[in-house]
Amino acid sequence: MLSPDDVKKIAHLARLNMDEADIPAHQASLSQILTLVEQMDQVPTNGILPMAHPLDATQRLRQDTVTETNQRDDFQSLAPQAAAGFYLVPRTVE
Amino acid sequence: MQWETVVGLEIHAQLSTQSKIFSGAATAYGAAPNTQACNIDLGLPGVLPVLNKATVEKAVKFGLSIDAELAPRSVFARKNYFYPDLPKGYQISQFELPIVGPGHIDIVYDGDSKRVGITRAHLEEDAGKSLHEEFPNLTGIDLNRAGTPLLEIVSEPDMRSAKEAVAYAKAIHSLVRYLEICDGNMQEGSFRCDANVSIRPKGETKLGTRTEVKNVNSFRYLERAINYEVERQIDVIESGQKVTQETRLFDAAKNETRSMRSKEEATDYRYFPDPDLLPVDIDRAFIESVRAELPELPHEKQQRFVNEYSLSEYDANVLTSNPEMANYFEEVVTAAEQPKLAANWVMGELMAALNKENLEIADCPISAAHLGGLLQRISDNTISGKIAKEIFTMLWHHPQKTADDIIEAQGLKQVSDSGAIEAMIDDVMNANPKQLEQYRGGQDKLFGFFVGQVMKLSKGKANPQQVNELLKKKL
Repeated sequence: MLSPDDVKKIAHLARLNMDEADIPAHQASLSQILTLVEQMDQVPTNGILPMAHPLDATQRLRQDTVTETNQRDDFQSLAPQAAAGFYLVPRTVE
Repeated sequence: MQWETVVGLEIHAQLSTQSKIFSGAATAYGAAPNTQACNIDLGLPGVLPVLNKATVEKAVKFGLSIDAELAPRSVFARKNYFYPDLPKGYQISQFELPIVGPGHIDIVYDGDSKRVGITRAHLEEDAGKSLHEEFPNLTGIDLNRAGTPLLEIVSEPDMRSAKEAVAYAKAIHSLVRYLEICDGNMQEGSFRCDANVSIRPKGETKLGTRTEVKNVNSFRYLERAINYEVERQIDVIESGQKVTQETRLFDAAKNETRSMRSKEEATDYRYFPDPDLLPVDIDRAFIESVRAELPELPHEKQQRFVNEYSLSEYDANVLTSNPEMANYFEEVVTAAEQPKLAANWVMGELMAALNKENLEIADCPISAAHLGGLLQRISDNTISGKIAKEIFTMLWHHPQKTADDIIEAQGLKQVSDSGAIEAMIDDVMNANPKQLEQYRGGQDKLFGFFVGQVMKLSKGKANPQQVNELLKKKL
């Protein structure tokens, strides 16, 4: 069973704002997921290659050519704040 | 107590491609902010990354050059963390199955050679850049660099001093430039080193707690940062405390490292295979096609210089430190046919002049053919070494002229006509009767005085060997 602190840490790592009141519910549902994984741990997997992707296919490679044009104005019209070509965000250093 | 330094390096080499690792946006350095950041680089919903073939080729090329095991199947993973210059909230990297497995490189250091293990090298995307100064209370984000292909080269903790770590970093720098997979420009951030530094009592085999020093963008800073960090850790331990595992930033202005971020957040990256990308398969044929393109590697060139030109290991090492230097040297040899003389001039006069003006060999005003032409005139005794240095300076400032032009125009040809030299000796003897008398009276050391006077009279052009011989006869 995950502790309330575990839940808070996971929420913080995912940058989720979580109400104190919701923690017990998340504690229970997240723990259930881990219980499921624990069950799967019992399946014998010796000699089986881990699957990296559900599709049985391999990566197609692209030629190294520039195909994109500058669409900065369009992209920046989606941003909350932009100036002088930069995206602006709350200050990240003191 | 005697402490031993243990260093491992993580080097990020920016792969020199036209387009990004997962998108068709350009990678050119110095473009206006965010003009080379497309919807994939921005992580907009609904986009899919597609891997750039050139990055796989360059990674394989590197792997082959360090004798590494190449993974027939490698997998991209998401490294999750939040920072504004990483729009997706994760960096696409490789974790459990990197493309390049264990390999090694031999470094030459203080006359000794040492083998350094390379744990792995993996492909990943770079993040954007943050600007903190331009906007009050805000941070400006430029995502042009986001998605630029990087090869992260991780070494074993095999280095035992800052100097050794620098020798390793230089060897990798030289290698990636020979392979033409990275331009190696450290000022522009194309080649960055992070150092994992720890100390342990001499004789101990267990590793101590390490710190990771970031933001080191020159070999000089790398050495200073490691030395500072070693001293700091010794102080921490000897004052009874413990070294904390953390990331530290090197501040070149203050010449110190300081704590950067706390480890609880930094270490929890929650890697998992990226469902947007399929496993990358590399087959024999692909590897062989890359192998066929491998150039002569630095250590091979070095060995050839020793064998073919009879240079010392040291000279060969200096001359092969970068491909441009090696090519320049070989062109001089072709023109001058005197490898040892060419090595001395390239490593002496030429490098000093380049360093003085802070120029790279590619920007050298004197062409290899012109330098070779000058050296030819030394070896056929047309000019003395001293005059050659003067001509060198003139060639530097007049790149279109050849040594022969200058010798001709300024009448610098060495005087080897014994009649002319004898006449000068007579003049000197007549002008200095007192010294002549003293010399003949047994003051042998005055011989040098006469040599000097004759050379002065000839404006340095008299063949010094002949002056010596004729003086001995006449005095």
